[in-house]
Amino acid sequence: MKVVIMGCGRVGARLAGLLDAEGHLVTILDTDTYSFRRLPPTFGGTALVGNGIDEESLKKAGIEEADAFVAVTQGDNRNVMAAQIARHIFNVPNVICRIYDPIRRELYNTLGIEAFSPTTIFAQMLKERLEK
Amino acid sequence: MYIIIVGGGEVGYYLAKALLDEGHEVLMVEKEAERSEFIIDELGSVCVRGDGCEAATLAEVGTGRADMLIAVTGDDEDNLVACQVAKHKFNVPRTIARITNPKNEAIFKKLGIDVTVSATNIILEYIEQEVPTHPLTHLLTIRDKGLEIVEVKIPPDSTTVGKPVKELSLPPESVLSLIIRKEQKPYVPAANTILQAGDHIIAVTTPESEGALRAALRGD
Repeated sequence: MKVVIMGCGRVGARLAGLLDAEGHLVTILDTDTYSFRRLPPTFGGTALVGNGIDEESLKKAGIEEADAFVAVTQGDNRNVMAAQIARHIFNVPNVICRIYDPIRRELYNTLGIEAFSPTTIFAQMLKERLEK
Repeated sequence: MYIIIVGGGEVGYYLAKALLDEGHEVLMVEKEAERSEFIIDELGSVCVRGDGCEAATLAEVGTGRADMLIAVTGDDEDNLVACQVAKHKFNVPRTIARITNPKNEAIFKKLGIDVTVSATNIILEYIEQEVPTHPLTHLLTIRDKGLEIVEVKIPPDSTTVGKPVKELSLPPESVLSLIIRKEQKPYVPAANTILQAGDHIIAVTTPESEGALRAALRGD
């Protein structure tokens, strides 16, 4: 599977490492080269400097042939915009994005973007752990 | 009309001022406390501090009854999300987004934003008009029809000088609307109007056939 990941933070870099280790073709995008230090030393995919809400950068990252796109930058709005470009402009079959704000996540789920809110998931986990 | 403005920068501030002067009900949402206080000091209590992309903030300011939402922050993605939340969560009939990257115009349109305003494009078009040698100038875009009105200047060395309009191979979507000639009243060209050096031609065309129109008129 060809995967484009936008945002090389802790989550992005870790996901890139995991997918790469399983033999998937991974391209990871970030606006800051310094963030690529988080990639594991064995990472065999492509690390590309670029902005995921820019069509040209996405094309360079191979979005046109990608099977999946994941948006995990720190900015909810940036993730949402990139995910919509991937879904509606480049017709990527599998698009996932992170939205911290639970209300915004709900809205974009109804607009056809698969989104996860770490806020909701983690809060739920903590609650369950406390109630054990 | 009840109009919500997202973003209290320079654009938002002057926009709010102008809309208030016109007698509209205006409410602005601005993230930064200091800026928001400044707006209230200057314009009265028309500003709420908060994130205009958050549904909770928009609910608080009564977006449900707004006639229009205008997002003018400096970030294209924030303007996109503010407009989408307003449109899909609060059914605001008209949303307008400011964009900085001209390439986003097409993307925003595809994602359902009613109107986009690209300051970068507007500035470029004005500068184009001031460059005397520029072969084709954009005068006006007719958005919902996908048409534009342009001006083409005929230079003296052009191979079309002395030719009648009917001999030009104009692209099918283009119509020559007006010829402006020195010391003459502007007039509507006919099939046998002969092109002269220095003519300014005003034409209606599509963005796609702009290049073909220029080539047909100037013979290049």
